[in-house]
Amino acid sequence: MTEIALFGAIEIGLVYALVAIGVYLSFRILDFPDLTVDGSFPLGAAVCAVLLIAGVNPWLASLAAALAGAAAGLVTATLNVRFKILHLLASILTMIALFSVNLRVMGRPNVALLMQDTVLTPFYGLGIPDHIVRPLVVGIIVAAVVLLLARFLGSEFGLAMRATGVNARMARAQGVDTDAHVYAGIALSNALAGLAGALFAQTNGFADVTTGIGTIVVGLAAVIVGETVLPARALALALVGCVAGSILYRLAVQLALSADAIGLQASDLNLVTAVLVAVALILPRLKAKASRSTKAAR
Amino acid sequence: MSFTRLLCAAAALAAFVGPIAAPVPAMAQSKTVAITAIVQHPALDATRDGIVEALKDAGFVQGQTLKVEYQSAQGNPATAAQIARQFAGSRPDVIVPISTPSAQAVAAATRDIPVVFTAVTDPISAQMVKSMEKPGANITGLSDMAPVGEHVALIREILPQVKRIGVLYNPGEPNSIVLVKALKDEAAKVGLSVVEASVPKSSDAQQAVRSLVGKADAVYIPLDNTVVSALESVIAVGQQAKLPIFSADTDSVARGTVASVGFDYFQVGKQTGAIVARVLKGEKPGDIPVALAKGTDLFVNPKSAAAMGVTLPDAVVKRATKVVGQ
Repeated sequence: MTEIALFGAIEIGLVYALVAIGVYLSFRILDFPDLTVDGSFPLGAAVCAVLLIAGVNPWLASLAAALAGAAAGLVTATLNVRFKILHLLASILTMIALFSVNLRVMGRPNVALLMQDTVLTPFYGLGIPDHIVRPLVVGIIVAAVVLLLARFLGSEFGLAMRATGVNARMARAQGVDTDAHVYAGIALSNALAGLAGALFAQTNGFADVTTGIGTIVVGLAAVIVGETVLPARALALALVGCVAGSILYRLAVQLALSADAIGLQASDLNLVTAVLVAVALILPRLKAKASRSTKAAR
Repeated sequence: MSFTRLLCAAAALAAFVGPIAAPVPAMAQSKTVAITAIVQHPALDATRDGIVEALKDAGFVQGQTLKVEYQSAQGNPATAAQIARQFAGSRPDVIVPISTPSAQAVAAATRDIPVVFTAVTDPISAQMVKSMEKPGANITGLSDMAPVGEHVALIREILPQVKRIGVLYNPGEPNSIVLVKALKDEAAKVGLSVVEASVPKSSDAQQAVRSLVGKADAVYIPLDNTVVSALESVIAVGQQAKLPIFSADTDSVARGTVASVGFDYFQVGKQTGAIVARVLKGEKPGDIPVALAKGTDLFVNPKSAAAMGVTLPDAVVKRATKVVGQ
């Protein structure tokens, strides 16, 4: 693997780490299977791209992308909490609607940003190679998100949100407004996906309606790989696990991309990626089983 | 404990990745071309095969003097971005991205490796190049915009007396707006006037084409999804009013338009490959103008033409790649 390819994989892994953290928030903390990210990720990319073209400051545009993602999350949460639509279905409805919304936002299927100033532009002139600057800037943003989120989830509001996910009835009995916490949590989750979309558009020079395809799959895989390699009780570590899982997932894709050397074709990419991720998930389990059986034998 | 596990996993991956991805030792004076497409489908695959074929004609034979790397993003833009990074790292002599998202990802990943894009419809609005004539930087390529100029020439060849071309399109489709503008430019070059009729939804198509009867000598339908989905109603009016209907796409000829010129993507690939060969031989991409793909497939429909009061010239029928109804 060349240095540029390695840093490229890390960079894309870091961008999707935000999605993974969002998915962790919805699936794990709130116990709310939310597929909205497939739509809120490209929504973030679209909003950011359109604002950049209009000459808005890149940081403001990225913030707006996060807010747009949060709004999408609120729609899903409203459908579920207010109108009692099953969470999975509510999120699917928002996700498919967002495809049309994203086309409206951009006015066409693809908006190019190759010649626009982005959050990365000021850092390109510092004498560090481009392929290192990008993961560095994205990494700093991800680190900031992890720190803020760890603090937030340790706050009274954050603890109540976690209680909502673990046992909503018990949480309500303790006077927690569980509905409010579902709204807040799903909005936050999709805000992170929107921010990830904005960063993806800026680091890759385009926003495209198809960018959302499979976002939830990548996010979930990252969460689970992260939990396997870093089985942490502490919440901050679990968030770091999401980041690690996302980067490992990208390294697996990178490995699959290099697989033509062992006789595989370009079309085998997804299969190889799936096998690598499956192996990463199965290995620790086998190891645990082996150590258990040796213990039993003794 | 858990951190050690993480490190182990990373180390294991690195151990895997290291040897596999070690660069293959280069053959004597061999060149490497890295091709990537957003997805695998017949047109894009044919483009790739055409590129390899054209390079062979230019003396770069795969496996001997040429190494071809190929990656498909399987429809996933994030993977496209990662492939772009991989190519930026492996530093081939030329990167050939097929389709707009792949091209943009590659353009974002490298500023110095030569890039020859293809199957990008509008390279200016995709921000691949600043100018078609003088792209500058490390990028040039080939646009597969519908060959409107060739369509106008074809209409004039079949109907030498034509003065006014009517055009049916949905102003809400960005692609159609680009094509209608191109039509006006091309028509003006040969002294024809263009009469527009807008079709905001498919059910308006019939009324719109009626409004052109008496105002236009022929009607042209761009690659407009709204109009093409109502094609039969447009053709019915064309036959009643003896108003010849032409289309930008060749598929519509089988459904009853008079004729069209379209792409064979293998040939688009060959035209791209010719540019790649020029770059491999040392030309700077920035000095090579962005090419427009040439239409190579002529489709005609003599039966439908007769119903619209048109007799196709023998020369056109003889030249046709496909004559509908035969």
